[in-house]
Amino acid sequence: MGVIQPPALSAARSGVEGAAPVDPNDPFFLNAREALNDKGFMLARADDLITWARTGSIMPMLFGLACCGVEMMQVITPRYDIERMGAAPRASPRQSDLMIVAGTLTNKMAAPIRKLYDQMAEPRYVISMGSCANGGGYYHYSYSVVRGCDRIIPVDIYVPGCPPTAEALIYAFMLLQKKIRRTGNIIR
Amino acid sequence: MSEALQKLSAHILEKRSGFAIASSMAYGELALTAAPDTIIGLLTFLRDDQVCKFTQLIDLCGVDYPNREKRFDVVYHLLSLHRNHRIRVKIEVAEDAPVPSATAVWPAANWYEREAFDLYGLQFTGHPDLRRLLTDYGFTGYPLRKDFPLTGFVELRYDDEQKRVVNEPVKLTQDFRKFDFMSPWEGAKHILPGDEKATKS
Repeated sequence: MGVIQPPALSAARSGVEGAAPVDPNDPFFLNAREALNDKGFMLARADDLITWARTGSIMPMLFGLACCGVEMMQVITPRYDIERMGAAPRASPRQSDLMIVAGTLTNKMAAPIRKLYDQMAEPRYVISMGSCANGGGYYHYSYSVVRGCDRIIPVDIYVPGCPPTAEALIYAFMLLQKKIRRTGNIIR
Repeated sequence: MSEALQKLSAHILEKRSGFAIASSMAYGELALTAAPDTIIGLLTFLRDDQVCKFTQLIDLCGVDYPNREKRFDVVYHLLSLHRNHRIRVKIEVAEDAPVPSATAVWPAANWYEREAFDLYGLQFTGHPDLRRLLTDYGFTGYPLRKDFPLTGFVELRYDDEQKRVVNEPVKLTQDFRKFDFMSPWEGAKHILPGDEKATKS
């Protein structure tokens, strides 16, 4: 009693690959309820707590470069509402830990995007949204477009589509949360 | 509408016979052809004349005809809100010949001329600030010229050692693919399926 260890296949690990579906009578929940009723407080591993906090407050920096940006705006609106996952879009790279590159990355924008990425605090993540950001897409052979934003910044999640639906972006967001849970290190 | 335009055309040719070389009507639109050295006089006339009153410059752009001796066209699209007329004025320019700037006539020409300079390399004399407008800083070449390769000459990459974005010669991992072999727009000599029937009959 006291320290609550999340068992391997329990609700605390939900969302991680290989985890079981969440059950209301999960021992993790029962233990937590008992600890709260009995002692009025509970203990958890700092790692789990930090990971929980981090996955619940991913602040994306909006980088809408083209039509994908419109689909990204959808994600913020009440219909999809990414804020229910704790993500609040920030206007400044210094306040954010996720960059969503939504749209065509042109040569002229390449240096600024790197500068903004460098301004973000560690640990930082990048979602490349749409064909153009993934690999140039429709403009792959153009003289003015970077053939994939991974030539400029390291990318964690690629979202295919032209443009991807808002659901696809939310799925990418959830995959990113899963990735943070799986590799919960702070310094990369 | 075209009657009014024909009247307008006759009026312009009468008043400025030395400036406008030719006029033509196509698809209900009036197009004038002029010479580069007299174009500013003609444009000023079109703006100030009481019958014309073309006070708005809608567009200014270049066109590239690589086979022609005077390679480029500069096209001015004008609108007269006072008389409800639209007109097109064209001049032909050689590759390295200067073009008089229309910024003194319409200030709106400023960025259009910067764009035409950027994409075609047209040199506008008398322009207050002839810099590139759209392409990358330090870009070389003029992308909308027909002899400019589609993929350009340089591509970008972030160099982790230099900690900056560097330019490199283009290296395509996959060649440019043309899937539409039958298209007459690709410049191919092929005929479209069914074309041979037309010549037989």
